[in-house]
Amino acid sequence: MKKNIFNFLIICLVAVAFTGARAQDEIKIEHTGNFFGQKPIPVSLSGFTGEGAEVLKFDLAVQGFSFVTPDAAQYLISGSDAGAVTGSLTDKFTKRVLLSRSYNGASLRRQAHAFADDIVFAITGKKGIGQTKIAYKSQPAGYGVGEIYVADFDGANAQRITTDNAIVAKPAWAPGKLALYYTSYALDNPDIFYHSLTTGKRSKIAAYSGLNTSAAVSPNGSKIAMVLSKSGSANIWVCNADGTNLKQISHGDEDSSPTWSPDGSWICFATKHSERRRLAKVPASGGTVQYLNTTGAPNPTEPDWSPDGKWIAFTSQMHDFNVCVVPVDGSMAPAVLVEGQNPSWSPNSRTLVFNRSMGYRQVLSVLDVFTKQYKDCARATGSSSQPAWAK
Amino acid sequence: MKMNQIVFPLALALAATLATTGCKHTPVKVTQIPGSQAGPVGDGNGSGTLPPGSAINGDGGGTGINTAPGGGGTAGLDMFDGMIKDPAALAANTVHFAFDSAAIKKSEDANISAVASALSANTNDKLLIEGNCDERGTEEYNRALGERRALAAREALAKRGVSPERIRTISYGKDKPADPGHDDAAWSKNRRADFVLLHPKP
Repeated sequence: MKKNIFNFLIICLVAVAFTGARAQDEIKIEHTGNFFGQKPIPVSLSGFTGEGAEVLKFDLAVQGFSFVTPDAAQYLISGSDAGAVTGSLTDKFTKRVLLSRSYNGASLRRQAHAFADDIVFAITGKKGIGQTKIAYKSQPAGYGVGEIYVADFDGANAQRITTDNAIVAKPAWAPGKLALYYTSYALDNPDIFYHSLTTGKRSKIAAYSGLNTSAAVSPNGSKIAMVLSKSGSANIWVCNADGTNLKQISHGDEDSSPTWSPDGSWICFATKHSERRRLAKVPASGGTVQYLNTTGAPNPTEPDWSPDGKWIAFTSQMHDFNVCVVPVDGSMAPAVLVEGQNPSWSPNSRTLVFNRSMGYRQVLSVLDVFTKQYKDCARATGSSSQPAWAK
Repeated sequence: MKMNQIVFPLALALAATLATTGCKHTPVKVTQIPGSQAGPVGDGNGSGTLPPGSAINGDGGGTGINTAPGGGGTAGLDMFDGMIKDPAALAANTVHFAFDSAAIKKSEDANISAVASALSANTNDKLLIEGNCDERGTEEYNRALGERRALAAREALAKRGVSPERIRTISYGKDKPADPGHDDAAWSKNRRADFVLLHPKP
């Protein structure tokens, strides 16, 4: 759908180009101004009363839909979640039924997520995120020791996967696998471990003198980028998935949070340049560092490159933390989306999971980037942060 | 040309295309979702329960953690193994930092000298420097900043003749505040490097 919008915009721009410069300028202003404030697609929901309604409302709100009365709706969703999920989707204006389906097996929640995915696909042509997973860390006291958890993307079905009673940080998924890399202080040093979620087996990937943290897995799973301080300052290093073939690729004073481009050729990270915090990118094999333009979003950290390659989500800090997005090609200024930090892209490059402050603890929240609608994940005890979306 | 004005006709067009695959009289299709329970990391077949993580060291009865073929490191850490931590000895010599800075202030000279003297008086001892931050920074940025503070303290000690090989650094980021408060007084206490003397095993 987004691609279609882009194509349509290009057609508009070309058409308008013939009608004079003034109109063209207007188009450009609209384009940047409204890009992250798009109106949600209005839908109505009827017949769902329990957990099914809750799941549908959450899944659709964070993928660009709003819930209105049937009168105001563009699409009508009706059905039932009594016992099992049955539902249909009707385009109100053409009166056509786009989807009519019942769901069997698994849990009612899972059935409702599957129906939400079918609705998203029928309307936008994009794969939904209803049945995806996240990993994150949770700390009972808001700081100090914690454990790594895995849950559905909406926070439901959370399961603790470590029991080390140690400081942990920055879980990262091995692409397409039930496996994580994360930082743990279990051996009295911040070290990076690999953890297979199918067997429970763990192995040590990086345990060098000093800092070993922020593992980021290359899109094909073959390489790990991370932060090590073994050379005397915190820098970005790359190694093979098993920890071999280590190479330093950045040389700043204070480098953090590497993230890969989807083609595996670049690594974006947070650094300091001329006394200012900046985002930068460097070829994954090492080379010249290029600084990104994030003017207007001060003190950028925690970049996360979208799977479609177009965007970098990051955290900007003034007094509070803000989740921001900037196009990789620099064609637009960064957009400040919502208060929060640690953004991680969904597989469909439309939605972010992040954590935001609630008092002195952090809660996970899911944000639809293009409408800026967000919903908090299921409540967990303690403070939850550093979510990573499985891709 | 507003975005929703674009989305709307486009959505109608798309909807019309999709609608050719079904109409009001199409019988309800059934989607079978495999698995009796949606597992936390289930792929649809999952029992929903994850196996516990293997023990992180071999003596806990679990599977010992494997060292990667590349060694995974530990280089430089082995020599500190089994040393006895003495956090009290140099507790009075903690150095503090300005906001978002890893520079050792001139006012910390006396503390650095005291730590250097302790190490030259006890040549078998080693040192652990713990770098810490206040809560006003993102988590991984602070982990890097805490490390930078510990490394800056190590550099200051090296300038006073302490061999850097005797010093190990660790960053706790904002995970180990000296004062868990949320005000200026707490923050200034938390921006620090603590010195932990390490004695050889008796």
